[in-house]
Amino acid sequence: MKSRLILILTTILFITSCKQDHSINKIVGKRNSITDSLQTNKDIEAFIKPYRQSVNRDLDSVIAYSVNTIAKTDGELNTAIGNFMADAVLEMANPVFNKRTTKDIDMVILNHGGIRSIISEGNITSRTAYEVMPFDNSVVVTTMKGQQVKDMLDFLATKKRAHPISNLKLTLNNDYSINSALIAGVEIDYSKTYHVATNDYLYNGGSRMHFLKTKDTLYDLDYKIRNLLIDYFKKIDTLKPTIDDRFIRLKD
Amino acid sequence: MNRRKFLQQTTAAGALVGLGGLTLSSFKHDNILKRITILHTNDVHSHIDPFSASDGRNANKGGVARRATLIESIRKENPNTLLLDAGDIFQGTPYFNYYGGELEFKLMSMLKYDLATIGNHDFDNGIDGLYAQLPNAKFDFVSANYDFKNTVLDTHVKPYKTFNKNGIKIGVFGLGIELEGLVGKKLYKETVYNNPIEIAQDMSRILKEEQKCDLIICLSHLGYYYKNNPEIVSDLVLARQTKDIDLIIGGHTHTFLPKPTIEKNSKGENVLVNQVGCYGLYLGQIDFYFSPNEEKKAKGTTIIV
Repeated sequence: MKSRLILILTTILFITSCKQDHSINKIVGKRNSITDSLQTNKDIEAFIKPYRQSVNRDLDSVIAYSVNTIAKTDGELNTAIGNFMADAVLEMANPVFNKRTTKDIDMVILNHGGIRSIISEGNITSRTAYEVMPFDNSVVVTTMKGQQVKDMLDFLATKKRAHPISNLKLTLNNDYSINSALIAGVEIDYSKTYHVATNDYLYNGGSRMHFLKTKDTLYDLDYKIRNLLIDYFKKIDTLKPTIDDRFIRLKD
Repeated sequence: MNRRKFLQQTTAAGALVGLGGLTLSSFKHDNILKRITILHTNDVHSHIDPFSASDGRNANKGGVARRATLIESIRKENPNTLLLDAGDIFQGTPYFNYYGGELEFKLMSMLKYDLATIGNHDFDNGIDGLYAQLPNAKFDFVSANYDFKNTVLDTHVKPYKTFNKNGIKIGVFGLGIELEGLVGKKLYKETVYNNPIEIAQDMSRILKEEQKCDLIICLSHLGYYYKNNPEIVSDLVLARQTKDIDLIIGGHTHTFLPKPTIEKNSKGENVLVNQVGCYGLYLGQIDFYFSPNEEKKAKGTTIIV
């Protein structure tokens, strides 16, 4: 009796569920390009203008020059743009860290996904730093023991992505197993602790780099990566990073 | 434009059989079709101005003021248009860093966006930063799998919204990506992420059976497909494992689809999945043509992409 009632109920439900008034006869899909062949809407443009002027006044002074167009897609396990970012963090953050702790940063790790734009050949402005690093992340230095360093190397080897690194030289075999790993040109000593600079997003579990969050001391340098890049651009004048052998896989 | 067009006749055999004596009347049939236009963007990431002429990759492309012109002309041609965004409205140019999303929401309101879902980067100024900008948005947000009960967004974000356009009822629900590991906990706070597949099944049932929608759309920020991790929920996985969804508009992976992907759902019916890359370089457009049910003898849908 009960099951019969359910049957009737579901039948009614089924019938009413088909009560849509219309059915789809034809679907046409297309993609419209937004290009300069479209007119600019005057009202929208006028609305944006005061915001743009205010921001531009701040951002458009030239601070360096890029020799090439560099992108995070231009390399297998290390890229010119990633190498520049990781090297910039080491160069600019270490004096701050050293002044506060009298210690040195041993190496840097960032994430490939955190490079948010290419850098085009030509003038570099503060705007370039905003495009590459739009997020308000800042530099932190974490203290890592041997096991955590091992976890980091395994992470890099299994992800097979060009996560930016500096002062670490990681060589993989053809099958992505680790061939050698050096910090500051010296074989890693797993009984030692290392000071690894990264950003607060990654330290807090971003990109699943969980090895960064250790029980040992964390130093928050309170130095935004974007401001660090602006300071770096002003210091170097000409940007010409290259793809090198800091993170590679051996062929055969 | 030498984009290859192809016709996909679904349930082809059934359509042929069913059409038997209808071939002549099918001419006037076209005139009574009701057309609904769905326009969509995703991952605009605060790209308000066009890329400059010197940009290494997207020179002279994009720009909100140009998008406005295009949207206006499409709306003029068909007033029965919905304009949707699949999330990551925030973060990517200094406009966001200086104004916190105010300009993005104000412009989207001027362009008369109807609805948006929430991307992971929309939490970049914290859930409080997103909440603070809501008064600037004259459009609604939907998310069915984020539970905001214990956050400031509680009651401000609905699971779905329905629209009536020219007698056609359209239901749109939102889905967001898992935030843990992607967004700092201190930013998303007590937002709870629920399984998108289970939620989508609930939503499509509610929208079809209770709300009697003629068209069901999922606004997703799950990502198109994860080739190296196919077990991660993505738009293609969602399309295959659910039913009664007609269109999934996606985001997050910045996937530039030249044309919508046609997938089979769990009932073997077609689902369209579309995504238009990022930064407002493109505006997606899907036109649905509806016929009254009594006119409809054959259950066939022609898809032209």
